[in-house]
Formats: sequence, C-alpha cells, structure tokens
Amino acid sequence: MTSRRTRWAGAATVAALLFASACAPGSDNKKDSDEPANVKTDVAKMGKLTLTVWDQEVRGGQAEQIAALNKQFMDKYPNVTIKRVSRSFDDLRKTLRLAITDDKAPDVVQANNGRSDMGQFVKAGLLRSLEPYNKAYKWSDRYPESVRALASYTEDGKTFGAGNLYGLPQAGELVGLWYNKAKLSKLGIEVPTTLTDFEAALAKAKQAGETPIQFGNLDAWPGIHTFGFVQNQFVPRDDIRNLGFGRKGASWTSAENEKAATTFADWVKKGYFTKDFNGLGYDPAWQDFAKGKGVFLPAGTWLLADLKKALGDDLGFALPPVGDSGKQAVTGGTGLPFAITEASKHADAAGAYINFITSPEAMKLIAKAGNLPVTDVDSAGTTGAQKEVFDAWTKATGDDALVPYLDYATPDFYDLLTAQVQKLGSGSEKPKSFLDNLEKEYTTFTASNGG
Amino acid sequence: MSRRQAGPPGEPRRIAYVYIAPALLVFGLFFLTPLVHAVWLSLYEWDGLSVGRWVGLDNYRLVLTDDALREPFLHALTLIVFFSIIPCALGLALASMITRSAVRGVNFFRTVLFLPQVVALVVVAVAWRQIFAPDGPLNDFLRTVGLGDVARGWLGDERYALICIGVVGIWVCTGLCVVLFLAGLSKVPRELYEAARLDGAGPIREFITISVPAVRGELAVALTLTLVAAMRTFDLVYVMTSGGPGTSSRVPAYEVWDRAINKGQVGVGVTIALVLTAFILLCTVLINRLSESADS
Repeated sequence: MTSRRTRWAGAATVAALLFASACAPGSDNKKDSDEPANVKTDVAKMGKLTLTVWDQEVRGGQAEQIAALNKQFMDKYPNVTIKRVSRSFDDLRKTLRLAITDDKAPDVVQANNGRSDMGQFVKAGLLRSLEPYNKAYKWSDRYPESVRALASYTEDGKTFGAGNLYGLPQAGELVGLWYNKAKLSKLGIEVPTTLTDFEAALAKAKQAGETPIQFGNLDAWPGIHTFGFVQNQFVPRDDIRNLGFGRKGASWTSAENEKAATTFADWVKKGYFTKDFNGLGYDPAWQDFAKGKGVFLPAGTWLLADLKKALGDDLGFALPPVGDSGKQAVTGGTGLPFAITEASKHADAAGAYINFITSPEAMKLIAKAGNLPVTDVDSAGTTGAQKEVFDAWTKATGDDALVPYLDYATPDFYDLLTAQVQKLGSGSEKPKSFLDNLEKEYTTFTASNGG
Repeated sequence: MSRRQAGPPGEPRRIAYVYIAPALLVFGLFFLTPLVHAVWLSLYEWDGLSVGRWVGLDNYRLVLTDDALREPFLHALTLIVFFSIIPCALGLALASMITRSAVRGVNFFRTVLFLPQVVALVVVAVAWRQIFAPDGPLNDFLRTVGLGDVARGWLGDERYALICIGVVGIWVCTGLCVVLFLAGLSKVPRELYEAARLDGAGPIREFITISVPAVRGELAVALTLTLVAAMRTFDLVYVMTSGGPGTSSRVPAYEVWDRAINKGQVGVGVTIALVLTAFILLCTVLINRLSESADS
C-alpha cells in the first residue's frame, strides 16, 4: 500500500504545484499601444537586422514568386536578412498559435482572415495595427475598401470588416462560374449573365443529358461556396456582407435568403447538381469537370492553373449571374494577409517588407507566376481564361461587388453552415429550418458580441 | 501476497526507489505531467492565445449535458459494435474454423488478414473513400449485379456515413482478432477436441465448451485493443467524412481536434479528451475484471 500511497502523494504534489502557481493558461499579451508617431521608412538606415517571415506560399508559382521578392528585398537592403519559414496552409494554421504567443515570435506572419484566426489574434493583442504604415505608404490608394475590409478589425477584435487594418494580402480570389466553352457552343447557350439565362441554360444542359453543375460536397466546405454562389444572385450585397462579417443589421430568415435556399433545394430536386454530390469529394468533382464532365463549375479562381492545363481553350470564367437582387455580388477574398506581430522588434522594417512584396512591381511578378494579384491587375498580355479571371477581378473590386465568405460570421459558423448545406442538399433540412438554424447562431453571436 | 514480507532484493524500500527512479521520472514527465496539465486546462475557458478564464467544472457540465457534445459519444458507442464486437465475433468464428479444418497455407491467410493492421489508417481511409464514392467500385458492383437502386454516394448519406466508417473498422480489426485467437487456440491440446468428439460433441458444442474458454485471455486483449481503437477513431472520420454529412459521423476524437485546434476552445477540447480517457479506462478495467473473475 505504501507505494501506491506515495505515488498518489507524488501526483498530488505535482497537481498542487500547478494549482499553486495559480496562473491562468496563456499570458497577457496586451501591451500599451507603443506605435511610433513617425514610421521610419528608410530601411537602409535601420542597421543590421534579421526579419523572420512565416508564409504559406508553398505551391508551384507562389513559392518561386515569394523567393524572388525576398531576394530582391535583400539585394536592395543588404543590412536586412530575411529568414523565411514556409509551411502549408494547414500546418501554418496549427503552429501559428503557439509561435505567435512566444517571446521570439516571427516578425511577419501570414494569418487567416477569419474570426477564429486573425480575429482572435487581434483580440489577444498579438498583432499590430498597420494603420501607421497604411498612412506612410498610402496603401489605401492601392487597395480598394472591399479588400482592406477583409483584413480589418476593431481593436477589441469584435467587429470584422471595419476598424484598423491588420494585414495586407498579395493575391486575390473569387468564387465565380467556370464553364466549358465547347459544351456551351454545342448546347447553343451563351455565357449566362442573369439568373433567368442561367436557369434556362441549366434546364437545357439537363435535357441534353449533361451534368449542369459539377459539385462535390463530401468535404463539406465546398457547400459554403456553392450556397454562397446561389445566395449572391438573390440577396443584396450589403446584407451578405453583414451576415458574413457577423454584424447586426441583416437576417438569415429574410425573404431574399429564403428565395436563395429554396432555389438551391429546387436545383437539387431538378437534378442540376452532380448526382450524390454529398458523397463526392471536392477534388474528384473539379477533376471530373477538367475531364469534360459537367457544363458549369462554381468554384474558386485558385483552380485556374489546374483547369487550364486540362481544358485549355475550352475553359471559361465568368462572375456569378445577377438575379433578383439586381446587382452583381461575388464571394471572394484575398490570399492570406501578411501581418506584423506585436512582439516584433523590427516593426518598421517589417512594414517596409510588406510594402515591398505588395508593390505594383511585385504584383507583376505574381501575375507572371500564374496567380491573381490583388491589385494592379493588368489583363493585357494574358489570354483565355486567365484574362477572364483578371477582368472579373478588376470588375468585381472596381464595382465593390466583393462579399466575404459566409463562414467568417461567427467562430462556430463554419461547422454549422457546412453541416446545414449538406442537410439542405440531402433534403433532410427544409429551406425554412435551414435558415432558422443559421439565424439562431447568427443572432446569438451578434447579441453577445455587441457588434 | 508474500512479496511484501520478502527481504532483499528491494529492501529497504528507499533502495528500490532508486532502481525505479528513471522509469518513474519518464512516467512522471511524459505521462503524469501532461495528464495533470490537461486536468488543469479543463478548468479554464481558454482560446489558446489570451489569458484563460477560470470556469471550474463548467466544461465538464457542458460535455455531459450539451446535445452537440453528447452526440459524438453516442456515435463512438455505435463504432464499438463495428470495431470491437463484430470483429471479435467474426475473429472467433474464423479462427476456430481455420484451426478445425487445418487449412493449407494458413500462414498466408493469417498474414493477409493481419495486413489492414499494418497499413496507416490515413491510407486506409483514402482507399475506402474511393470505394464508397458515387462512381466507386462498390456502386459499380451493385449496378453489375442489378442492385443499381441501392447504389448511392454512401459517405454523403446521413443514414450510412457512420456505418460505412464502421465497415472499415470491421475490415481493420478482424485480422487482429483472428491472429490473436489463432494463437490462443494453438495452445489447446488436440486431445481435448478428440475427447469431446468421442463424447459426441458437434462443432458448435466444441466451440462453446473448448475454444471460447481457451481464448478468454486473448478475448480480453482483443476487446481492449479494438475498443480503444473504436473510441479514439479520428483518422478515418477526418479523411472520409470530416464528421459529415451534417454532424452524422462526428466522434469524440474529432471533436477534440476541432474544438482545440480549429475553434480555439482549448478548455472544452481538453475536457472531451479527459472524459474520453476516463471512459476508455473504465472499459478496460471492466474487461480485465470480467476476464479475471472468469478465470477464478
């Protein structure tokens, strides 16, 4: 018995020690705002320093492009060494939380825009407001309001889409309508720009024995994009914005949203989507489209390189059709914004670095690498689907048509919305109860958030 | 027990502790400390970033009362049937059949049956996800044999997603059970079966009176291992369904990951993990008790 008692005594001691230390997990990172009144912009005069940058630009063209920019920056300012740590998006998300709370946090990090990442970082006081740099480098002239909103929070992290700028992205992305040009001409359909045209095209494609809309929702998150694509056509963009940013002032149970949910369910019933889409993965779905199955594919511009390789000149891209709302709206956003950590000792150099990698010259490099730059998009010199993507981005940002991803709304909204769209698609949730469930979470959150 | 009265080695006690000190140290550092730390975290509402807020036992109350958190535990219970009970039953039947009929090349079959255990579960999940796909081999097969009406996107159907994961569980766990039971049965003297047969016992009687009691120890091991596998299922769900469609295949381990890593609800996530640990501990103790009491 002695040994057992001693063991428990030992465990109890460990426990007691931990409790005695009586500190809550995490530490208070909130510091007094020590933003310098004057931002230093002359990097050459900052002395020898090392900037640690965490990015997730690991795929093909992105990796080359950021490596080239880093090299250019170091060539221009020999006193600065850039230490680059690159990870895939998933890995970055998982490790960033630990890294950013560390005393030796990286200087520049690429942080996901949503409430569960950037929002929480801002709330915990782990990121610097970029407003001083915004003023110094005149970013507001280069970046349209709708793009800056996607990386803006109030200082308490409660309001998304307004307040201070906390990050600056390099790339843009849109969830628009990919289509197969060969199939359209075979079916005798023009590229649909209105809901009426689109529904007529879907009916015609269905009749011809084609899969009108290629869709795979086994991974659950594509449902956010596809439902958003339908919603874009019915709900006024300011309403979608409020819903997406989790602000008061809109309602999921509005007549327009009801129309959107009913239409989505209706299209499922009419067989406009891929059969058994809830059991089909995202990758197999777009790969099927790339192989020539399906007429339309509502999906992100990040598929450009892959789809173009497979479909070549048959690939087309358009903004979502305009429906009852009467105004163009398109779900879109930016690549992960680059932000400066509160712990960074070289914030001014970090600001200059961010300015450098988002400069008009940098944007040219990004376009050359086959990606969609967030500003200074120049479609001259591009052809085919890439030109259509670039033009769509210019039009959407110029027209202020960009609306945020719907799962940004509340910390729990991703799980809720993905599950609900799957259920709406399978028919186990009716449009009315689908919207009621979303409304419940939305209003509960906005009430508690006071936003 | 006579161990306590025994003299050296191990006396005086203080010397004994020196011997086990390295082991104790490792145990304390890598097993006990994290556990205690987890218990401590479970008493806070913490997002992993800012200062946590003391909430006492609120997280436990939440885990035990919230419907959204109870559902995954119910799913885990369903998975126990597929990962544990069915493979054990199947394994017993297969093992006794193999032993009885002295199959040629038994080693080959044993290896093949055991193979699913060796493959990483993520690979298993990717493969089965393709099998269950709307245009996958399973549906192709159903269509060929004229059951086209049954064909569907299996993992996309709320009624079948969890069962599909269970089926993979059967595939993975049965081999382990068979191998364990074969080992147990090989210890049984042939004469016992012959004697039973002389007394007029049929195959079923032999199975119940000789085979099952002979593998009781192995059964306890198999039940424990497969039960733990069922309760901590994560990879299969993560890759095959991400807990969907809807919430129909969310399991506790998936919930732990989702809360702690994705949603920044570290306290709740840790609490679920602790409740799961307690439940697994309870089950294993229970299984051991049962097999021991059957022994005496």
